Amino acid sequence: MSARAAWRLESLGFTHVYRYTAGKMDWRASGLPIEGQFADEPCAKDIARRDVPTCRLDERVSEARRRAGHWPVCVVVNEQKIVLGLLRLQTMQANVQQTVEEVMESGPRTYRPYARPEQLKRYFDKHQDRHGAPITTADGELIGFVLREDVERTQSGS
Amino acid sequence: MPKDIDRDEVQRLANSGARIIDVLPKADYEQFHLPGAISIQLEKIDAASTKHLPKDQPLITYCQDTQ
Repeated sequence: MSARAAWRLESLGFTHVYRYTAGKMDWRASGLPIEGQFADEPCAKDIARRDVPTCRLDERVSEARRRAGHWPVCVVVNEQKIVLGLLRLQTMQANVQQTVEEVMESGPRTYRPYARPEQLKRYFDKHQDRHGAPITTADGELIGFVLREDVERTQSGS
Repeated sequence: MPKDIDRDEVQRLANSGARIIDVLPKADYEQFHLPGAISIQLEKIDAASTKHLPKDQPLITYCQDTQ
């Protein structure tokens, strides 16, 4: 559709016509600002915690555990901040001498920044996510982590 | 020939004054659109609906995804 529009504009004499091929779903999935009816609705990117602890594949679990502090999870990312795995508290406590790669949960479920709280709650219930889940762009880049308690707080309006 | 661009290029061009055109149905546009985007549905693109746009101004079209 946008390709035909771009060609039509050229046929009308416009000399610098571009086509954003990935379209507005790509824009929204990246967490960039939008305008319109959906702009004011709370969504995952609004409640995602950006300070979620992260670690690398080759680190010791003990180091990830130390960095996680009070958090129940530590997100495993690469240098590009692409989500590769997840360490949960129980795993971190039981495997301090191993590397992150050896014990992480590979390819964890992630959600897009435009997911609404009620959708997240439904997904968390369905997949028994006790803590919540990472929020990423469509390319897998970490934006933050939505805690289950934050979703429930948003839904109750407090 | 129209040039295909990615998200980063959209932001760069928009910051340099490009106009962004949402070619989707009005209802889709009203749900959400890119900041500053104007709505001209594909079937309504003609000389009359674009007469307010300078011919040499960069224009960016988009729809949902790769439609």
